[in-house]
Amino acid sequence: MSAPRSFWSHARHVLTENPVTLFAALLFAGLVVLAIAGPWIAPFDPLASNSSAALQPPSARHWFGTDALGRDMLSRVIIATRLDLGIALAAVAASFVIGLPLGLAAGYFGGWWDRIVTRLSDTIMAFPLFVLAMGIVAALGNTVGNIVLATAVINLPFYIRVARAEANVRRSAGWIEAAKLSGNRDLRILAVHLLPNALPAAAVQVSLNMGWAILNAAGLSFIGLGVRPPEPEWGILVAEGAQYIVSGEWWVSLFPGAALMLAVFTFNLLGDALRDLLDPRRRS
Amino acid sequence: MLRLIAKRLIAAVPSLFGVVVITFLLTRALPGDPAAYFAGGAATAEAIEQVRRQLGLDRPLPEQFLRYLGDLARGEFGLSLTTGQPVLTELAQRLPASLEIVLVALVVACGIAVPMGVLAAVRQGSWIDQVCRVITTAGVSLPTFFTGLLLAYVFYFLLGWAPSPMGRLDPIFSTPPVVTGFLLIDSLIARDAAIWWAAAKQLVLPVATMAIFVLAPIARMTRASMLGVLSSDFVRTARASGLTPATVLFTYALRNALLPVITTLGMVFGFMLGGSVIVEKVFGWPGIGSYAIDALTASDYAPVQGFVLTMGVLFVFVNLLVDLLYLLVDPRVSVDS
Repeated sequence: MSAPRSFWSHARHVLTENPVTLFAALLFAGLVVLAIAGPWIAPFDPLASNSSAALQPPSARHWFGTDALGRDMLSRVIIATRLDLGIALAAVAASFVIGLPLGLAAGYFGGWWDRIVTRLSDTIMAFPLFVLAMGIVAALGNTVGNIVLATAVINLPFYIRVARAEANVRRSAGWIEAAKLSGNRDLRILAVHLLPNALPAAAVQVSLNMGWAILNAAGLSFIGLGVRPPEPEWGILVAEGAQYIVSGEWWVSLFPGAALMLAVFTFNLLGDALRDLLDPRRRS
Repeated sequence: MLRLIAKRLIAAVPSLFGVVVITFLLTRALPGDPAAYFAGGAATAEAIEQVRRQLGLDRPLPEQFLRYLGDLARGEFGLSLTTGQPVLTELAQRLPASLEIVLVALVVACGIAVPMGVLAAVRQGSWIDQVCRVITTAGVSLPTFFTGLLLAYVFYFLLGWAPSPMGRLDPIFSTPPVVTGFLLIDSLIARDAAIWWAAAKQLVLPVATMAIFVLAPIARMTRASMLGVLSSDFVRTARASGLTPATVLFTYALRNALLPVITTLGMVFGFMLGGSVIVEKVFGWPGIGSYAIDALTASDYAPVQGFVLTMGVLFVFVNLLVDLLYLLVDPRVSVDS
């Protein structure tokens, strides 16, 4: 089989051809390291307060300064990486796992099944999505699990649409007809023939969605939903610093905000790169 | 034409219905037992049961849904527990403040993003195109709350150009008589230039925050659509016929390129309604978003439900409006059918 090798050589080509993509891949690797090894990298305990060192600007000892309770901002920003990426990853994985089969079935079977799934995704899209997420977390309770659920729900329509379109164009293709005639059941055709074909488009959607999911979860925490202080999370860290920024203590909000921005930026760049890698037809 | 408009109106009904159903389901999923809540802390099991019957919570869900529809039709959104006021009244009072930011920001964003997209398309591959690309990629990565705080820090704390980023009007001014609820319009009606100017100054930072947030989708869409139109046959013909570049660009290309942009505006408006919640929190803006956040912190759920419903209904109507606008602007839609 030469397919895997050509994939890797293509991947190497995409990475080396565009320095921005290489840069994004390095940033991504950095984020993953921080998420996994954060507790060992952080120089201080992110929850240890020290009133004698409150609201200090960045220094050699505290690179990102300290907050109102004297907690080290660098450590808090590093520790938050795992929670932020974890929420986004869980949410995107959930919408992927639920949305993909729903969309495939809608596109393949058509009829009333299609109508129900399309109506469901249209109804979700009828709301301003952030507002719907607020409503869901408010109704189901203020927990991290519900932030994940809300973010998964508002991402669901995108996966349904992608999978539905992929199944729809292939349902009457010759090789699907052939698979049917050879006695394959519908479920098998969906799982073995249609699913692998929908994966590239769905994978691109995943990486484009990750950045948006991070922003969304951080936005919810910023307005006080989901993650509770003193747990470090980028959105909360920015919110905690908000009252100090107008009196000039910029570092409390700036560093977590910058970390958030960098993470979203990384995933957006990677999404573009992945699209080039998996789906050459849609290159920008 | 009328039939087309009627068709679009009817197509909006299922969306509207969906919004109401979801809001209803969210109401029923509220944490805690509303009957126990309304009966008070010291209520006996019997008293709670009685309240449950009074509230109709012992009825089957479909019946409860019909009652809910009835309440909505009569404009009963419940009472806010913290202020004791009807939720509908408070939402109506605060909605103009939210819309003022969103609408001004939409105009500003279009005013910047459309020319930027056109320039990037006309000079494809040039430095303008590159700058446009960097700005749009950075724009989608910026969290609204971060942009807002950064702008407040730079323009209020460092430079002192902007007024204190708190509220719609500096407290030394008194609010003009409420006619529309939009301060920029009410102050004009009251013929008070000082208040107009003060209100406009307060608007600058929130509007800038919101505009930066939606610059990217508008500029990208304009660029893509302009590129498509510029390479089409009728533009080539227009050029070959010796029309001036300006006529080709503005009369022929731009007018056609703007149609997909109008469609995008509906989606952009949805982003802005969601983003307005965060912008209002950052700038202490008394709109419906900050109303919902305050209610959430106080575990006061009726305002939150009212807020979600209002936003959903508003968005359905905005999408309807965009559809109708499209019908009016694009003669081909009505000719084709």
